[in-house]
Amino acid sequence: MSDLQDDILNEVTSREYKYGFVSDIDTETIPKGLNEDVVRLISKKKNEPEFMLEFRLKAFRHWQNMKAPKWAHLQIPEIDYQDIIYYAAPRLQAKYASLDEIDPELKATFDKLGIPLDEQKHLSGVAVDAVIDSISVKTTFKETLAELGIIFCSMSEAVQEYPDLVKKYLGTVVPYTDNYFAALNSAVFSDGSFCYIPKGVRCPMELSTYFRINAANSGQFERTLLIADDEAYVSYLEGCTAPMRDENQLHAAVVELIALERAEIKYSTVQNWYPGDKNGKGGIFNFVTKRGICKGNYSKISWTQVETGSAITWKYPSCILRGDNSVGEFYSVAVTNNHQQADTGTKMTHIGKNSRSRIVSKGISAGKSNNSYRGLVKVMKNAENSRNFSQCDSLLLGSKCGAHTFPYIEVENKSSMIEHEATTSKIGEDQIFYCNQRGISTEDAVGLIVNGYVREVINQLPMEFAVEAQKLLQISLEGSVG
Amino acid sequence: MLKIKNLRTAINGKEILKGIDLEVKPGEVHAIMGPNGSGKSTLASVLAGRDIYDILEGKVSFEGDDLLELAPEDRARKGIFLGFQYPIEIPGVSMASFLKTAVNEHRKFKGLAPLSASDFLKLMREKKELVEIDSNLTNRSVNEGFSGGEKKKNEIFQMALLEPRLSILDETDSGLDIDALRIVANGVNKLKNKDNATILITHYQRLLDYIVPDFVHVLYNGRIVKTGTKELALELEEKGYDWIKKEADMKLNGEEVKI
Ligand SMILES: Nc1ncnc2c1ncn2[C@@H]1O[C@H](COP(=O)(O)OP(=O)(O)O)[C@@H](O)[C@H]1O
Ligand SMILES: [Mg+2]
Repeated sequence: MSDLQDDILNEVTSREYKYGFVSDIDTETIPKGLNEDVVRLISKKKNEPEFMLEFRLKAFRHWQNMKAPKWAHLQIPEIDYQDIIYYAAPRLQAKYASLDEIDPELKATFDKLGIPLDEQKHLSGVAVDAVIDSISVKTTFKETLAELGIIFCSMSEAVQEYPDLVKKYLGTVVPYTDNYFAALNSAVFSDGSFCYIPKGVRCPMELSTYFRINAANSGQFERTLLIADDEAYVSYLEGCTAPMRDENQLHAAVVELIALERAEIKYSTVQNWYPGDKNGKGGIFNFVTKRGICKGNYSKISWTQVETGSAITWKYPSCILRGDNSVGEFYSVAVTNNHQQADTGTKMTHIGKNSRSRIVSKGISAGKSNNSYRGLVKVMKNAENSRNFSQCDSLLLGSKCGAHTFPYIEVENKSSMIEHEATTSKIGEDQIFYCNQRGISTEDAVGLIVNGYVREVINQLPMEFAVEAQKLLQISLEGSVG
Repeated sequence: MLKIKNLRTAINGKEILKGIDLEVKPGEVHAIMGPNGSGKSTLASVLAGRDIYDILEGKVSFEGDDLLELAPEDRARKGIFLGFQYPIEIPGVSMASFLKTAVNEHRKFKGLAPLSASDFLKLMREKKELVEIDSNLTNRSVNEGFSGGEKKKNEIFQMALLEPRLSILDETDSGLDIDALRIVANGVNKLKNKDNATILITHYQRLLDYIVPDFVHVLYNGRIVKTGTKELALELEEKGYDWIKKEADMKLNGEEVKI
């Protein structure tokens, strides 16, 4: 019985990572290693104002005195922080005024990834900020958005053009003291996206950032800051890929979301970093701090993530529900295969009265992978009548993988209500055979079952990305059960 | 259509089918009866391609193909349908998407374009009537929470949708009340024609009042020990299996002595 499963599991491991190509882009890098001079150099390269350099240096000094976290359910090789390049950027001719000036190889790279930088070519109005290695190369639809007063640009640009907004909000949701990787990111972050939606504006299109690591030995430390002012709405998408390389590459991003009174932010991620080969060699270490604050009353933040890539994922998109009647949501599909490890989940901190949160986590493990859900629901003293519902499901494909659930609950208010449900299931061979007997191949059968399993989460994604995510799931699990 | 020659199979080292010979021609209905544990479901599963069994010996040809060489989904696409004795539940997968995938895989195999959503719905509606299946069932997950009778009707419903050449119905009549039995039998009869064939595995003679078999075989201890017409079924109903068992055991011992 398990022989068959093993056969098919072996098959999985031979699948190719589709985005693993390396582009030959003229890249400017600084030497490996990290010290105060490197931090100053990054700031200088980016022509940053004094406050930004101060921010970085404070973070760096703090980081130096920190220790890497002890991992509960991850096995992480020692990372040599002096062996990483902290700044790598496609060599830009000053600033691109038009698309024609972009390195054709760079453009081709994004075309190959299915992310045309050309606005005309764009599907149904998705504005894209494309980040390659350390630098944002192109933000599309900027002018259209500007007419509504929406600011959508690279972080570097925001630091130059909107220093007051950056100064006011940067580091307020994820302070550099928060954790080891947040401190590191605060010291050396290279670029990322910045977005501000003014009062009462509903952003008419999906905003999207596409991250690509290209250069070897480099880390990517992007920083995203998203502010929805009173009664504003924005839906934001993030996609990521990286070339196949034998060595591990570090990705340590920080994302901060701020929702003011009655504002709503929907943040979706389809993460497909290179997961390493079938023997666990190479792949991205994805250590990301994502947090949003529902600052205003009746505000809402919703995280949706489909995580299929990375060798190691350590990620807990969280919500601080400060406003009364605020709502936090977390919808997650995390797939691990081969030797991948994922430790992901969320933190919902209820501070405001009548605040509500909903957690739907669907883990899928195949191969020899390990998949953990780690969640904290914290209800503070004054969070009268707050509610949480958590549903954590695990699906196991094969007998060599693992699924773990660590739900933590801390409640300081008696009027609150917390519900938690968890299930673990396996795709049975009898289920596959039943499908086979109706003419459905094993791969399609797994696809059907997995799609059914993740539907609740995928439904949260904007249409085109739902389709994309579904395809991605199918590819990630190709042949993984029998 | 189907030719089984000296088929011997084992599971976990235990021989279950000990030399089966059977030929089924287009338009025929064969009933296979026999006591519990004699290997009826094993035979059905082996024909459908369940690969937990070891094939020790024998040949099975189906419409000229070496059946044992084909993957289970290809056997299905070539027209072998198994009505499961215990239909499997697949939570989270709606009947509609399951059936649409199945139907379109069959069409693809025949070189036909996939059905549009509306054509598929029309087809479902038409076939639903045939087996008088509750409309809501197709909105639910595959077999999940279905009653025993609903599961069996659902098997016939799927058979109607897929229009197989050879249907193997494994105790589709077990656990059905008389109305459900009539519906299931009607479904089978309506789908029957001169080009397809049916193997009915059953315990009870009563199904054979509705579906008249051309042959009745008795499977006992991994062998077909007796073959007859529908009168044999009546005889079994009356006298039970003991006389057959005795006859078969004696014959077997006699043969062994001879060797
Ligand atoms: N997985 C298995 N392992 C060992 N023996 C099995 C297994 N499945 C079925 N058998 C045995 O095979 C024999 C035939 O079973 P089956 O084909 O289900 O009989 P029937 O359908 O005629 O009642 C029985 O003795 C049963 O115990
Ligand atoms: Mg049986």
